[in-house]
Amino acid sequence: MSTLYPVTVTVNGSPVTRHVEARLSLSDFLRQELELTGTHVGCEQGVCGACTVRLDGRITRSCLVFAVQADGGEIETVEGLSDNGEIDDLQTAFHERNALQCGYCTPGMLITANELLKKNPSASRAEIREELSGNYCRCTGYHAIVDAVETTGRQRQGGAK
Amino acid sequence: MSDNSTLSELDRPNSYIGRSVPRPNIRRLLEGRGTYTDDIVLPRMAHVAFHRSPHAHAMIKSINSEAAAQVPGVIRIVTGRELAEVMTPWVGVLSHLAGMKSAPQHAIAVNQVCWQGEAVAAVVAENRAVAEDGVELIEVEYDELPVVADMETALDEGTHVIHPELGDNLIFQRELDVGDVDAAFAEADEVVEETYRFGRHTGVTTEPRIIIADYEPAEDNLTVYLSSQAPHMMKNLYAKHLDMEEDKVRVICKDVGGSFGIKVHTYADEMATVALSKLLKRPVKFLADRLESFVTDIHARDHRVKIRLGIKKDGTITGMEFDDLTGVGPYSMYPRTSGIEANQVVVLTGGPYTFKNYRAKATVVALNLNLMCQYRAVGHPIACAIAEGIVDDAARAIGMDPAEVRRKNLIPDDAYPYIANSGLTYEKLSHHQCLDKLLEMMDYDGLRQEQAELREKGVYRGIGLASMIEVTNPSPMFYGAGGAFISAQDGVTVRMDHNGGVTASTSITEQGQGADAITAQIVASSVGVDIEKVRVVSGDTEVTPYGGGTWASRATGIGGEAALRAGKQLRQNIKVIAGAMLQAEPDTLDVQGGTVVDIDTGKERLALSEVGRVVYFRGDTLPKDLQPELVVSRHYVPKEFPFTFTNGIQAFHVEVDTDTGFVKLLKCWVVEDCGTVINPQLVDGQIRGGVIQGVGGAMLEHCIYDDNGQLQNANMADYMVPMAVEMPDIEIAHCSSPTKDSELGAKGAGEAGTCGAPGAVMNAINDALSPLSAKVNNMPFTPEKVLKALGKV
Ligand code: FES
Ligand code: FES
Repeated sequence: MSTLYPVTVTVNGSPVTRHVEARLSLSDFLRQELELTGTHVGCEQGVCGACTVRLDGRITRSCLVFAVQADGGEIETVEGLSDNGEIDDLQTAFHERNALQCGYCTPGMLITANELLKKNPSASRAEIREELSGNYCRCTGYHAIVDAVETTGRQRQGGAK
Repeated sequence: MSDNSTLSELDRPNSYIGRSVPRPNIRRLLEGRGTYTDDIVLPRMAHVAFHRSPHAHAMIKSINSEAAAQVPGVIRIVTGRELAEVMTPWVGVLSHLAGMKSAPQHAIAVNQVCWQGEAVAAVVAENRAVAEDGVELIEVEYDELPVVADMETALDEGTHVIHPELGDNLIFQRELDVGDVDAAFAEADEVVEETYRFGRHTGVTTEPRIIIADYEPAEDNLTVYLSSQAPHMMKNLYAKHLDMEEDKVRVICKDVGGSFGIKVHTYADEMATVALSKLLKRPVKFLADRLESFVTDIHARDHRVKIRLGIKKDGTITGMEFDDLTGVGPYSMYPRTSGIEANQVVVLTGGPYTFKNYRAKATVVALNLNLMCQYRAVGHPIACAIAEGIVDDAARAIGMDPAEVRRKNLIPDDAYPYIANSGLTYEKLSHHQCLDKLLEMMDYDGLRQEQAELREKGVYRGIGLASMIEVTNPSPMFYGAGGAFISAQDGVTVRMDHNGGVTASTSITEQGQGADAITAQIVASSVGVDIEKVRVVSGDTEVTPYGGGTWASRATGIGGEAALRAGKQLRQNIKVIAGAMLQAEPDTLDVQGGTVVDIDTGKERLALSEVGRVVYFRGDTLPKDLQPELVVSRHYVPKEFPFTFTNGIQAFHVEVDTDTGFVKLLKCWVVEDCGTVINPQLVDGQIRGGVIQGVGGAMLEHCIYDDNGQLQNANMADYMVPMAVEMPDIEIAHCSSPTKDSELGAKGAGEAGTCGAPGAVMNAINDALSPLSAKVNNMPFTPEKVLKALGKV
């Protein structure tokens, strides 16, 4: 058996400890060890953005981080951000505008878009496109995603619901 | 043929048809609570990884797996020879594509490897990482063979024949000669010609291919969880090649992370996984990693076309001829074959136009590259780009505006039914209406004026148009007639439970397009209940009717009609029961909003939950001769025409930076006629996604092989896909010519976007470059190719 290392992280507010191999990526740790399957894996190479999570407050490609590197860290995944309501408005806008088709890119897209709107709720369409450019979506052609993010930004700015 | 001139069934009170209802049942995807196949964990599930050939063509001399077998956690190592005892090989030909030939293909190579990435041995282990450790320790000795990588020389004498028993490297050839092309060219004032090339590219679904096969030996049952578009087709093939009773095989498609034609084929590694499960008597999972996706997911579109077109000074096109050459893989893909794309090019090219002299030839050759097969819009992007490209050349040659040339030659809107050069009938299209709408929507004249002004300042903008037809809703003439068990019909079963809730199980499948949503809309409308009361079940061969699935833009046109018919009959059955309960004539009643009402006054008479309560719990109170039936199945297959045709037109506006060769896509407009639109927002989503997929092939995506058949860019960093920043907004409008073959009248819209985009983008770039006497004709149009066209590199 290869050596196992203890990893203790706080995931969506709850502390968890697992013993894992050094080579286990954070994305596989979340999916396989914790069964948080909302984090998707598309390329394992840092290109597609499907595995995006929040690690210590920063959006991170979880396929590029080893679980052992995240030891002591705080992680939020799409499940947690759904439960605490942080991205509820974005999810509603995505639903109403059909900004998802197969939904595989969607968790990563939502987390990236949420970060963008926190920094700049009045982002223009061009700025939204720029910021989302690390998240690959094969289905939508992006137009509806840009619409949904733009709408949510306007709502957040105006304090409208 | 049904009469849908009144559209009564579609216009019912509270109809959901034609409304942009948000898709039910997708909030879970937004919360990360979907179930994609990779999310499924079964007891005793083992994982397989494959040792894959590094060579494009070689004989396998020996396989040494001793070291791999020592790795702790490795369960079993299986070679092609051993697996062939469990699974029979297959041959990807269809009998109605005359003369097509291909060699038997095994799940794992037995003697000969024919492309880089073909599986040579399987390592089954406790987890994927251990399986991969085992793969690395397998030693295979190869005797390399000459690699056939160039389609231009594949048929030359002296070129190595990949499968000597077939005699040559020809897989399929198709010719069509209509009218008198030579006379048409003699009569023309100008004959223009060009050679177009299309880069091999692939689907890059965000979710890679994945399968879990669970063979249970006690009852000889096989359950396969598969990310797929055609579960019934696969059920048949697993049974056939494992020598099992088909009834013992169940295929389940949970959430599918994109498909686009990638996930509708029989992949050798997936077949191997199923066979391994049978061999090991336990569940086995295979998930393609991204490298494996690039070397094994089907590729498409590798075509070279030489085309000529004759035109008179007044803009009349007199005739067209072309020669299309395409190099597919070492095998024709099973069971849909690798000949369909070329066949579609022959059938569809120039299809929107009235000219009657047409000579087409397509040749499909075998190469030692990954297999090519049907990918979203199959052949259409090539057919559309070559015709639209050469029409623009002709317009330039006679000095006429490209929109005018189209107006002059597009089939008139009152000329239907119209028999095309292919011999197929267009029931009803709307080219001129679409053209007019497009030019107005984009302010064509304004853009032309702006273009002229900017040119003065050295800014090169271009406008490109692409008129198109799309073939959808294939009848049994497409595959069934060629001997493949690929169903052209679909079925829907609707069931009302005691509380008035309705469950619809459909044989069409959901991969994100919204098949479940349109089924819910149609069933809710035709039964007469709120959409919240409808649940849709799809993607499970055990619980849905037998059917084709979702491909060839067929789900709405065929599965939607079955849903309409089933829902109507359920409503009728409810009216009969309610009539007995109310002592009223059934025809005086209707079902609206989950309530039985008087048809004339709309007065509420009986809740559906009351009908359900009596039927399921107090049947004793109903008349003795009334057996209530609240489950109804209906099926539909297109009969009137072998194919449905849709039409549309696209325009791109681009700006070319003549110093860097970079093309900026400024805007795209689409006018589409897909007949009855069930959900405009979903149709627009299909068009937009399709357009961007087409743009990918035109501008970015390319599987680059070297002369040795080695794929040079098999990862997402080096294979470019469209990302948000480079892509334009897309404005969409609709015309509607419903098909009368069905009551619903829907024609399908899944692929039209992909069909038109490459041609429209190409024409826009060449329009921008035209004052500089430069032209591109070789997709993808990278900055380097643009600079080459400008003579700058
Ligand atoms: S899986 Fe991490 S970026 Fe693609
Ligand atoms: S919705 Fe399918 S990849 Fe984005």
